[in-house]
Amino acid sequence: MSGAAISKDPSAVRGPAPKLHDCRDAFTATLVALAEADCNIVAVCNDSVGSSKLNGFRDRFPERLINVGIAEQNLVGTGAGLANGGKIPFVCGASCFLTGRALEQIKADVAYSKTNVKLCGISSGMAYGELGPTHHSIEDFAWIRALPNVPIIAPADRIETAAATAWAAAHDGPVFLRLSRVGVPDLLPEGHVFELGRANLLRDGTDLTIIANGTLTHRAMTAAAMLAERGLSARVVNMATVRPIDEAVVVAAARQTGAILTCEEHTVFGGLGSAVAEVVVQKAPVPMALLGVPGEFAPTGSAEWLLDHYGLSPEGIAASAEALVKRKV
Amino acid sequence: MVPQTPQELRATARRIRRRDLQAVFEAGAGHIGGEMSVIDLLTALYFNVLNVDPQAPRDPGRDRLVLSKGHTACALYVTLAERGFIPRDEIATFLKPMSRLNGHPDRNKVPGVETNTGPLGHGLPVAVGMATAAKLDQASWRTFVITGDGEMQEGSNWEAIMAAAQFRLDNLTLIIDHNRLQQGARLAETNALAPFAPKLAAFGWTVLEIDGHDMDQILAALSPDRVVADRPTCIVAHTNKGQGISFMADRVEWHHKVPSAEQYEQALAELAEVVS
Repeated sequence: MSGAAISKDPSAVRGPAPKLHDCRDAFTATLVALAEADCNIVAVCNDSVGSSKLNGFRDRFPERLINVGIAEQNLVGTGAGLANGGKIPFVCGASCFLTGRALEQIKADVAYSKTNVKLCGISSGMAYGELGPTHHSIEDFAWIRALPNVPIIAPADRIETAAATAWAAAHDGPVFLRLSRVGVPDLLPEGHVFELGRANLLRDGTDLTIIANGTLTHRAMTAAAMLAERGLSARVVNMATVRPIDEAVVVAAARQTGAILTCEEHTVFGGLGSAVAEVVVQKAPVPMALLGVPGEFAPTGSAEWLLDHYGLSPEGIAASAEALVKRKV
Repeated sequence: MVPQTPQELRATARRIRRRDLQAVFEAGAGHIGGEMSVIDLLTALYFNVLNVDPQAPRDPGRDRLVLSKGHTACALYVTLAERGFIPRDEIATFLKPMSRLNGHPDRNKVPGVETNTGPLGHGLPVAVGMATAAKLDQASWRTFVITGDGEMQEGSNWEAIMAAAQFRLDNLTLIIDHNRLQQGARLAETNALAPFAPKLAAFGWTVLEIDGHDMDQILAALSPDRVVADRPTCIVAHTNKGQGISFMADRVEWHHKVPSAEQYEQALAELAEVVS
């Protein structure tokens, strides 16, 4: 775990509504800055210049924005070939299509071939809430997590997004950056340096640990503040890296707090909760609860509404935490 | 390396065919039919056309060859061994436990392999990325990709065909090993894509049709002189599955059948007899 609790004053979470940021802006601003310094950085997209927020990149580096049109298999294959030719391709597309349509290309051309491709899944989770389950990407952790060689990162705010993007560019090998478009407040300190497989303790606690990432981390922080008012001390860990999982932090959470609640904008089959549970059952068994989308296609609703619907509102998380603590022996 | 003459290439191809046959026979598995159909193309590329160096297999300025029909890996391994990328003796390990020589090629294990193929329809999109990288660098290296004709039924190839024309990749050459047979049937019986030439031409490619077993025609088609500015090139190479071995030629069942001892001796004899 990197450092002690490094968030701002947790009470601020309950204060005036914090400013929300679309992490895509931090992603593309960082990408443009990296591209200024390294001419080998290119962006590849599938008619997703706007939705990937690559307009600025395109205007600055028109020849380095490769738009293959609506063709995700070719999108990922082309990315792998660019990497073979010495480029550092950031392959951007809606996460549902990037990971679902091109999964075999990700397996063979990127993971197995170990090419220096940065897969950037935009609008992941249920960001496209109302568009329905075809456009939800709540299986991508599970699909990519089953493949060797591809680190999976789901940043929690704009600061971590920028840090993870810079890390991905410097890392020699495949990366899956799972990004959202849903606004989130700042959680990590400015200047935060991303380290793969290192979770961040955002709030310490003793009665249970809530492990979350992506759009769920700030909800977990609000839930922890609510729980404090009810006399429960919740540790909150931001676990952006889903693979490789931070085993030490999971084991410490199990041993020191005796219960773990996971929160993710993903199906509970095969994602963050599963990755944490795999460590817990083998290294330090304690009661767990996994919050996420149960095994069903989601009903119609906005991204925020769907999260609330599935018990991922701060109040829902707090209620699950209280129920979980009662299961501790 | 001094480029081989057509006469020398024919002898090299004959040697590669014999070693490939032996490897498949000894391993008890392989894709002999498609290997025999692609060996003349591989030989011409590695011994006359490609600017590659076995001592520097990842030289940034090298030409790229992608064998998209990865199931004919044995033919690639034998060719790479003949060219000095891997020891000739290593061919004896083909398909053995822990061998580098898997049933489909692995770039992280075998020097000279550019991308891991096996699932069909992967090589051409990757080749589009390679050719695009060269264009971005204004580099002169070329990218070649060999697909099977049955493989062209994969939709991903047509995504890449559209992109290559759109990106004006005149540094990209697609060679279709058109042996008319796929794993379980003749192409004409499943999804008859032929003729390929008008389809590729309609997508904006320069198309050449050749006898894929005629070294002179292969070399002429692969010459940079045949490249038309701003257009990718497709060579439709008319080939025979099982080429060089009479009882295999043009027979669907020899996609991945393994010869008996008697058939093996006959095939070896036929390959020895071939006069160039």
